[in-house]
Order: sequence, then structure tokens, then C-alpha cells
Amino acid sequence: MAKPEIENLKKTVLYDLHIANGGRMVDFCGYALPIQYSSLVKEHIHTRNSSSLFDVSHMGQIFVNGADFEAKAKLLETLFPADILSLKSGEMRYSVLLNEKAGIIDDLIITRAENGNDVFIVVNGATKENDFAIMKNMLGDKLEFTLNEDLSLIALQGPKSADVLARYTSIANELIFMQSGAAVIAGINVYVSRSGYTGEDGFEISVSNDQASKLAKILSDNDEVEFAGLGARDSLRLEAGLCLYGHDMNEEIDPITASIIFAIGKQRRIDGGFVGAKAVQDIIANGVEQKRVGIIFNTRMPVREGAQLIDELGNNIGIITSGSFSPTLEKPIAFGYLPKDIAKIGNSVCAIVRGKQVFGSIVKMPFVKQNYKRSIN
Amino acid sequence: MSKTKYSTDHEYVRLEGEVGMVGISIYAQEQLGDIVYVELPNVGVKLSKGDEVAVIESVKAASELYSPVSGEVIEVNEALNDDPALVNTDAQGNGWIYKVALSNISELDEMMDDAAYTDFTS
Repeated sequence: MAKPEIENLKKTVLYDLHIANGGRMVDFCGYALPIQYSSLVKEHIHTRNSSSLFDVSHMGQIFVNGADFEAKAKLLETLFPADILSLKSGEMRYSVLLNEKAGIIDDLIITRAENGNDVFIVVNGATKENDFAIMKNMLGDKLEFTLNEDLSLIALQGPKSADVLARYTSIANELIFMQSGAAVIAGINVYVSRSGYTGEDGFEISVSNDQASKLAKILSDNDEVEFAGLGARDSLRLEAGLCLYGHDMNEEIDPITASIIFAIGKQRRIDGGFVGAKAVQDIIANGVEQKRVGIIFNTRMPVREGAQLIDELGNNIGIITSGSFSPTLEKPIAFGYLPKDIAKIGNSVCAIVRGKQVFGSIVKMPFVKQNYKRSIN
Repeated sequence: MSKTKYSTDHEYVRLEGEVGMVGISIYAQEQLGDIVYVELPNVGVKLSKGDEVAVIESVKAASELYSPVSGEVIEVNEALNDDPALVNTDAQGNGWIYKVALSNISELDEMMDDAAYTDFTS
């Protein structure tokens, strides 16, 4: 229970604000970030009911320059399996970066900016340097990539987030889920995306480092808004059925096995032309051996990452890759990989925790309904 | 007034005659956060000091509890099965974890009293 050594870690510009608000700082991808403030469960429930502010500045914001949009999109499609050309101005798309075997190097979001020309890619904090190197290696002679470390990223998540943001900018009521645009909040220039990692309606706001603390204070001064830490972020994304890179996905797992085939454009699965395309097509044609499924367990005992899944004879047949206690359902929930013929909704499963058998059922994901804003009323 | 002693691992033992009531300190529950499950030992288990005796699970992690004293488990706090959050709300009262018939009461002499523990955690 020793206090984590945080002195040598990188700090986001919101570090002092986290400390002032009682954030318990931990090492996350080499950054000192708050795992929680007062209570993970309170922060989780608050996000489901109101609005929470998360510092996600550790994430990588990579900008692509050097050509018009169409030329950029065509080049990027030789690397990424997403349908990028069809993005309208301001639209965002979830995708992955694959190796030749279709193993997932990272998951990410590609945005065509509101101005129609700029393209940027938000990637995971732990993988951003590697992603950046891969992009430069493959396309650096034709496009210019910039990993912009002068930007922070603030997520405002929860059903009241739009009401809060609408006090400062009309864009809050103009965007729908996976749309973005430039805005000004209390005199601060920002770029707002209606997206997030909690399953709730919300926004991710890119802002220059020198204005980020001011913006976070302005937003958190609203009565509806509380700070929330990485602990709540993890339990929220798990309830929402969202994968965490390095846990539920890695370079040995392809997107079909990971149950995120939607990260690959439908036409692109047929046409190919991206890194890993041949392997993706083979996997689609021949079927997968395993699938990622959602499991709810019957007792209160959490079943965590690394727990083995066994069959009636006690043979190991799968593994849990993320698992926690759902504050919303008040039951343990998990993602696990199981053989395809077993990985079906309604089937019962058995996990081993500290030598004991724990039973559960495969359920449809998400565990908790996603509340994305998919249309303007 | 009963005597409470603390280990450097943040367990407490409250002495009631020859019986020690064991749990985790208020400081420890703050560090662990929201507790969602406590795996209790079986009554009758004979413990040596330092044996793993229980597991306390918060949303984010599982933490083993090592017995700060030796002896036989004579009672466990069944109320934690329904309401593990008692460890958060009343760690050193209704959030106790197990009671042990102490086999070596002198082990308590090596543990910290209230004042020493307050220093230790500040």
C-alpha cells in the first residue's frame, strides 16, 4: 500500500488541478494521472447520471498534413482499414492499425476536421510513439505526420454534458455522436468531438496546453460537473462493452476475434488495400477460432484479467482479458475469449478465481446501454 | 476500553480477552477504495502470523490480507457477504473481518498502538 512513486513521471498540465481536487495519482502509461479522487464508484455513478471531467491528455493527437483531403485519405487507406475517403467534414471513425497478420497494433479514431481538409488521429497513450513511427515509416515520404505534444485532451462525459457545454458554445447542440468541430469556450479556442469512452453522451475537447487548466476549471465550476479518474473510466468503458488496448486487444489478436469488425470498412473488407488486408480476408473467409464475449458472473466475487475459463472437464478453454465489478449492475462483469462454438449468448461459463469455480453467463454487449446522441432532436 | 494494535500492513487487532478481532484500518480502507467483495476465511482454520487469510476486493483490484497474529479462526463477519462496503463505512467496528483465538498473545507486543499507528500513517 506504499504511495506510488510519481516524481519521475510525465505530468499533464492539469496535474496541479488533480492534486488540488484530491486526485490519487498513479503511473498510467508513464504519466502521473488520477486513478480516483474521493471514490471510484461515486465517480462512475456520477458519470452515468450527470457529467464528469476526465483528463485524457496522455492520449496521442497525430496530425496529418501535406495534401488535399482526397489525396490524404487515399494514402491513409493504404495503411488503415477504415473507410476514410467517405468521411464528411467533421466526421470521425473508429478504426485500428494492423500488422500483416491482422494483429491489432492499436485502436484509434480518425477525424476529418470541420474545415474539410485537416485529418487527425487520436491514439492510445501507451502506443502513440510506436503508432507515430509506423505512420512516418510507411507514408512519411508523401505525408507529414505531427505528434502534437502541445495539446491537452479533456473529456466531458455523461448525460448532462451537453447542457453544460451549451452554456459556452452552440456546437454542443449541433454535433451528433462521432462528429466534431471548432469552437470557442469562454474565449478559449478548442476543437470539440462528440465522442468518448464511457458509453454516455459526451465530448472530447482538444485544447492548447497553456489554456487547458483554465478550461478544466471553467467546466468543473458547473454544478453538474465533478472530476473523475481513470478507475471510473475503466469500469465505465467495460460496462459499455469497449475494448482496452493491451488488455482486450494486442498484436496477436485480430479485429474479428476481438468482435470489433466494425473497425474495418465494409467495402474495404472486400477491396483490401490496407496493411493486414490479406489476413483479414482469410480470417473472414475461414472463420475465427475464438471470439471476445461479455460475461456476467453470478456471485459478487470479481473475476479479473488473467482468470482462466474452463469447460465441464476442467480443461482451460479461454481467458478473461478485462474484468471488474460493475457499479451499475452491482455484479462482476468481464470480457473473455472463448472458442467460437462456445462463445454464444446464453451459454454458461466457469472461471477459476483463487482455485475456486465461479459461474456466469455470456450476455450481449454492452452490459449497460450506450446513450450516444445519434440524432438532433 | 478495549485495546487495539496495528500492523505495518495496516491490519488491526482489537483484543477482547483471549480473542482478537481483526480487520483493516480506516486508513487502509481509504487507500483501497470502494470495497465490493471480501473473501472470508473458514471458521476453524489455524493461522500462523503472516498467513494469507482473506482477500479484499475493490472495483479496481484484489488485495490479500495477511493475518497479523497466530491462532484459530473462531468467527467470521458474515454480514460482509451482503454488505462488503461495511469495511469502508465502519472499518474498525462493524467492518471487522474475522475473530481469532490468539495462540501467541505476545505477538501484539510488536504491533503499534493508536498513537504509533497515527504517526506511521501521517
